[in-house]
Amino acid sequence: MSNPLLEIKNLKTSFRIGEEYYAAVDDVSLNVNENEVLAIVGESGSGKSALAFSVMGLHNRAKIEGEINFKGRNIANIPTKEMNKFRGNELSMIFQDPLTALNPLMEVGRQIDEVLILHNKNMPKSKRKKYIIELLERVEIPRPQHVYNQFPHELSGGMRQRVIIAIAIANQPELLIADEPTTALDVTIQAQILDLIRELKDDLGSGVILITHDLGVVAEMADRVAVMYAGEIVEVADVDTLFSDPQHPYTRSLLSSIPLLDDVQDKLHVIHGIVPSLKNLPRTGCRFSSRIPWMDEDVHEENPELSEVSPGHFVRCTCYKHFYFPDENKEEQDHDTTKS
Amino acid sequence: MTLLKVEDLKVHFPIRGGILNRKIDAIRAVDGVNFEIEPGETYGLVGESGSGKTTTGKAVMGLNNITNGEIYFGDELLNKGNKVNIRKDIQMIFQDPYSSLNPRKRVIDIIAEPLRNYENLSKDEEKKRVKDLLEKVGLTAESMLKYPHEFSGGQRQRIGVARAIALEPKLIIMDEPVSALDVSVQAQVLNFMQDLQKELNLTYLFISHDLSVVKHMCDRIGIMYNGRYVEEGTTKEIFNDPQHIYTKRLVAAIPDIDPKNRKENTNFREQVKEEYTNSYYDYFDEDGLAYQLKPITDTHRVALPERG
Ligand SMILES: Nc1ncnc2c1ncn2[C@@H]1O[C@H](COP(=O)(O)OP(=O)(O)OP(=O)(O)O)[C@@H](O)[C@H]1O
Ligand SMILES: Nc1ncnc2c1ncn2[C@@H]1O[C@H](COP(=O)(O)OP(=O)(O)OP(=O)(O)O)[C@@H](O)[C@H]1O
Ligand SMILES: [Mg+2]
Ligand SMILES: [Mg+2]
Repeated sequence: MSNPLLEIKNLKTSFRIGEEYYAAVDDVSLNVNENEVLAIVGESGSGKSALAFSVMGLHNRAKIEGEINFKGRNIANIPTKEMNKFRGNELSMIFQDPLTALNPLMEVGRQIDEVLILHNKNMPKSKRKKYIIELLERVEIPRPQHVYNQFPHELSGGMRQRVIIAIAIANQPELLIADEPTTALDVTIQAQILDLIRELKDDLGSGVILITHDLGVVAEMADRVAVMYAGEIVEVADVDTLFSDPQHPYTRSLLSSIPLLDDVQDKLHVIHGIVPSLKNLPRTGCRFSSRIPWMDEDVHEENPELSEVSPGHFVRCTCYKHFYFPDENKEEQDHDTTKS
Repeated sequence: MTLLKVEDLKVHFPIRGGILNRKIDAIRAVDGVNFEIEPGETYGLVGESGSGKTTTGKAVMGLNNITNGEIYFGDELLNKGNKVNIRKDIQMIFQDPYSSLNPRKRVIDIIAEPLRNYENLSKDEEKKRVKDLLEKVGLTAESMLKYPHEFSGGQRQRIGVARAIALEPKLIIMDEPVSALDVSVQAQVLNFMQDLQKELNLTYLFISHDLSVVKHMCDRIGIMYNGRYVEEGTTKEIFNDPQHIYTKRLVAAIPDIDPKNRKENTNFREQVKEEYTNSYYDYFDEDGLAYQLKPITDTHRVALPERG
């Protein structure tokens, strides 16, 4: 089998708070293959964007440890000048936050042009402009000729997001990291943007890391899904398995919080407790244990690791074997697990 | 009595050009919008990206120049020299959690800002209020002394929510309030918003692209397309009996959380898209604008052309 397009090994990304460094991404290993969409879901603050920024080499103040192998080459901590050869070209990212990613003082067209010219030095200006207008059309921006000359603050939230998408796909990347690419878009435009990402994958065989809170988008787009909690991966599975047979208590809790379209729920399911801050994260034992306090302490492993529960399906900590929701009948649950 | 009444609202932005940079045309961001919201109600505003939802919300907040129309809050006309005490009653949670928080201010100062403008609290009282507000949105008290860049996207959005509810306003305009949150925190914020609404008889104008969230939260919904309404109705009418082709397309595009339905969904969407393309001119005029709304029931209005 060929090497994965991206191979992340024991990545640790730490931010400095006061005198100390605290890991927001804590020993994460992941692969992304060519022609594959890997979705990353997880609690807000669990380190998804920090992971993405690490791959892109965009964390200037964070400490990065471990390996990030892109097409066989370790790009963790390589000099910016080296990194710039990849960035925006073979490797590109759709940012979660369009406003800070865009320059407020520069017209939209010029911003796209800057990325384009970086890797297409010989393309004449008129040709570049034509291509940029085409790109704006492909991301469904109305009046592209006019928007070409507009400033970011003159665009709606979703239009800004589409400009970011246009920049990210301008050079047809081999690996695209899409951090919440469609949250600001209505569902019809979202569907078209997702088609565009799918095309990139199908036509060029690109790999995609899709970070999103929208589990519907995950269900429709992903080949595999990794679930993050508190800086760690707690579950990895192919998309069908993740939705039909989720194991980790966090994954199961997450799935039960979704508001359902065909069901009227009075109250939505909420995970008990609050996310500890980076500084106060438990660094030993099962990090999710404080969120399921009704579970017996000895259901958790001392040093929980990812273990393969079925081919390609990995789960961290043994607590999943015993997990039940407080309103479920415990006897029934224990019975079920011993049976299987 | 109706809490918010928007009548024939138009907000146009000039397009400038030529050497003299004169106004050569205008973007009709909002182009003749009418709706009313009753006290205690949650009113959803959904639709095409760029259709004028945020602009409508900002107009109500008094943050846009209004080209035409009237906005009433209770019986006060808002867009003619607005009074400060009404402004306290309307708060907005902004769509972009990054740019709406001042990066140079600490969280305590961000959340306490409205309190400082309207209430006279001692330092200790203020700290306690901010701590309570942070807890309500699921953040720890130690967040108080941090700066916005030290938070993740979802955490920042919660800071915005905490600030908006600080003064316990009557009307809260929520522009994509939970789109940056994971579904569990989202559930927490939505449950909390609903409890708070009951407790304080709050009214919400809820702008969102997430139709399952809209369905869960809203009593009535307005659908916008290109600066105008295409349909308005109760949540049930919009989801079970959509009439306008744009509404139908929107409902068909909602992502399905069962990966096994991928193929089926793709086919169904293709079908609706085709219907959309074929019947476009039955629903929009030659400029691509929606027609006037016509009532089809007491609560359900649809933009259809005059017959005959
Ligand atoms: N520059 C920074 N300095 C200090 N802490 C940071 C910094 N950036 C992020 N963090 C912290 O690191 C953790 C991970 O943040 P990250 O942005 O990766 O979360 P996320 O999973 O992308 O969340 P969301 O879904 O809300 O976007 C959070 O606890 C956040 O507060
Ligand atoms: N300050 C401005 N100057 C010029 N045009 C503007 C300005 N603000 C908004 N617009 C334009 O008005 C239209 C409506 O924008 P608005 O932000 O209200 O859309 P929206 O419905 O909130 O979209 P989204 O769902 O993407 O947030 C867009 O075409 C936008 O480009
Ligand atoms: Mg993020
Ligand atoms: Mg908007």
